[in-house]
Amino acid sequence: MSNRIGVYVCHCGTNIHPKVNSPEVAGFSEDLQNVVVGRDYKFMCSDPGQDMIIRDIQELGLDRVVVASCSPRLHEKTFQNACLRAGLNPFLFQMTCIREHCSWVTEDSEEATCKAKHLVAAAVNRVNYHDELYSRMEKVHPDVLVVGAGIAGIQAALDIAKAGHKVHLVEKAPSIGGHMAQFDKTFPTLDCAACISTPKMVAVAQEPNINLMTWAEVEQVSGFVGNYQAVIKQKPRYVDMVKCTGCGLCLEKCPTKVPSEFEEGMGLRRAIYRNSPQSVPNKPVIDATVCRTLNGKKCGVCEKFCPSGAIDYEQQEQTLTVDIGTIVLATGFDTMDPTPMKQYGFGRFDNVLTGLQFERLNNAVGPTGGKIVKKDGTPPDSVAVIHCVGSRDKNHHEYCSRVCCMYALKYDHLIKDKVGHHVKVYNFYIDLRCFGKGYEEFLTRVQEEGVTFIRGRPAEITDKARTPEEEGKLVVVSEDTLLGQTVRVPVDMAILCTAMEPRPDAPEVARRFGISQGLDKFFLEEHPKLGPVSTATDGVFLAGTCQGPKDIPDAVSHASGAAAQALALAARGEVAISPTTSWINPDICIGCKACIGLCAYSAIEFDDRLRVSVVNEAMCKGCGSCAAHCPSGAAQVKHFTEKAIFTELAGMLAPVPEAPITVEDHAESPMAEAGPQESVPPAAETEETATAS
Amino acid sequence: MSEFEPTIVAFVCNWCTYTAADLAGTARMVQSPNVRLIRMMCTGMVDPKYVIKALLSGADAVLVSGCHPGDCHYINGNYKARRRIKLLTEILTGFGFDERRLKLTWVGASEGNEFAETVNKMVEDIKELGPGEATAIEVM
Repeated sequence: MSNRIGVYVCHCGTNIHPKVNSPEVAGFSEDLQNVVVGRDYKFMCSDPGQDMIIRDIQELGLDRVVVASCSPRLHEKTFQNACLRAGLNPFLFQMTCIREHCSWVTEDSEEATCKAKHLVAAAVNRVNYHDELYSRMEKVHPDVLVVGAGIAGIQAALDIAKAGHKVHLVEKAPSIGGHMAQFDKTFPTLDCAACISTPKMVAVAQEPNINLMTWAEVEQVSGFVGNYQAVIKQKPRYVDMVKCTGCGLCLEKCPTKVPSEFEEGMGLRRAIYRNSPQSVPNKPVIDATVCRTLNGKKCGVCEKFCPSGAIDYEQQEQTLTVDIGTIVLATGFDTMDPTPMKQYGFGRFDNVLTGLQFERLNNAVGPTGGKIVKKDGTPPDSVAVIHCVGSRDKNHHEYCSRVCCMYALKYDHLIKDKVGHHVKVYNFYIDLRCFGKGYEEFLTRVQEEGVTFIRGRPAEITDKARTPEEEGKLVVVSEDTLLGQTVRVPVDMAILCTAMEPRPDAPEVARRFGISQGLDKFFLEEHPKLGPVSTATDGVFLAGTCQGPKDIPDAVSHASGAAAQALALAARGEVAISPTTSWINPDICIGCKACIGLCAYSAIEFDDRLRVSVVNEAMCKGCGSCAAHCPSGAAQVKHFTEKAIFTELAGMLAPVPEAPITVEDHAESPMAEAGPQESVPPAAETEETATAS
Repeated sequence: MSEFEPTIVAFVCNWCTYTAADLAGTARMVQSPNVRLIRMMCTGMVDPKYVIKALLSGADAVLVSGCHPGDCHYINGNYKARRRIKLLTEILTGFGFDERRLKLTWVGASEGNEFAETVNKMVEDIKELGPGEATAIEVM
């Protein structure tokens, strides 16, 4: 018996129709083989639209459905569910995209309609060869892996742990807190970063549902949604975490001093170190690259002084494997190194600082004990704050880093507050973007404090004085675009508000977790608006700045979103796995084993008794590497069978009968305009008759 | 219209190029209507037979496009596609096809503009090249 196909062409309001003449396409489809009904409707995805499909399946006995509308990435599930509600297997459905790939990108209406017809013909052809398939339910492991313990990772881990699920929280650094631990105050409320983040960090350490692993990295991830295995490398700390009490005596006695990364190179740390006294965990770690003992020199001072005998030079790297159901990535950002921007003299002039360096200068436990001073120890009388260093710049990052305007304003206030109101503060900005809650109010407050705003991106910072006032100062040379003239501003200190950028190891991390990066190299979300935390890989979610620049409130909400997504899977306990796996027909397979070597997931085994290859469906992801290679044609991916593709091709390439208009009419535009309208009545008629029946 | 309008079939992977095509659409990047997409899960799924069939059934050119090397959603399907397409190109040229009729590109999920450019460039190239050699063959 031949199939009974229903074709549904969407108008999508005015997005598809009238660029693609939807009624004409629906009318055209009715002439295709096996098509019982072809309809068009304003919004196919709406409830009445779906009900139309359901009614037709039940009343006209349709056994195949084709919808021509937006991208299947948007609404394939919607229509599959509609089919399911009508009692039709959701895989007997085919969706073709006539919006993103057709109406939106084709200039000529005639051509767009013709292309839509080709696409519909291809879909109709293909759906004839669809088979009933059934999704397989798999258990979801209740544990969650959170990678990165900055504020986003901490928030996600706490949310998940509070819901009663176990979290493995892996942090690369020796302690948690990320960049937020380096900050002093936070905009716009000016509450101290430590005061608001330390309680959260402590909560992580005390939460029984969180297995915190610091100084550790995720080496390898395998498995699929609900059933991932992660191999975690625990780097040797050379300090026994159980014995160490965190007294800090070793930190004072260690003879080796190196520049501290946490202090952004402004202060020194020992070879055995912790970032700050509030670090969580507060137990130190030995830097094996500089430690004298670990490099074969005579020392052992820390071991000698340690009152609890916690130093262990023999510690080895350990790897452990954890089973998890879902993964939250919160690997954060880096700030751009402004050294390559030679015009600003970072690294050349002592008093040109990055934003993070200034943060440390402000911090009570920072290198100056919280005093804002120049390199020589005296307070500055004038400071330039340069916005958008590396952001909104085609040579570096085209995007806006979103936080610099606000932290620059925070610095303005802090300088006025800590050094004194006599200090002159100059902001060099392009635009002031104060979009958040309470941000604009903060700008007004800072403006009222007597800060100067100069609209222009500085050309350079120089120490070459032209006037006696500029002598011994840094001179910021810029255009004031509001005055339309060049200005030279002599200052004692310049702060570069450097861009937020992806971590240098982002490509490697993306590969490891099977996700992609966007053009800006931040991790790519599933949908820029409606899927900002999920990724192309099921069960892997993004939290915080690894997805794009964010301030703290945004990173925290993003992280809570990711936690909710991970919990949704974990709490439900099972997930439907797509049945579109590969299948090897044992009657055709010649047992050449070529597919076994090709399979990236080791999902194909050889049955020695039958002398054929067999696919393990639990491991197969349906990539089709085997099907494309199989010399006998025995391997086929379900839903993407050779038959389906061949017929889709045939439909796509078959000539489409010209619409009611002839080629001659085509040339004259008024007639071409009239053409599509002529086709409306027949299509409308069919709709009426069909509804009547 | 006297100008030759080629028909191009594109086999694109669901995760990168199809998403890029969606993005190009959302951003309303104007494209020639000559290219018609067939969604595959991975370029590694593209059997050389499909390409040959397309060329013999009236397509003037075939585009295969997927994730950038190293970015494959299925670990390494795109590398397999690269090997197959390379080999297939040699076979096709041996049979008298112009090698420009089969093109393999990498267009990542965020590269909507890249997709639109690839499509438009290819249409231009094939217009210059003229109708496919296979249209003369009556066998299929």
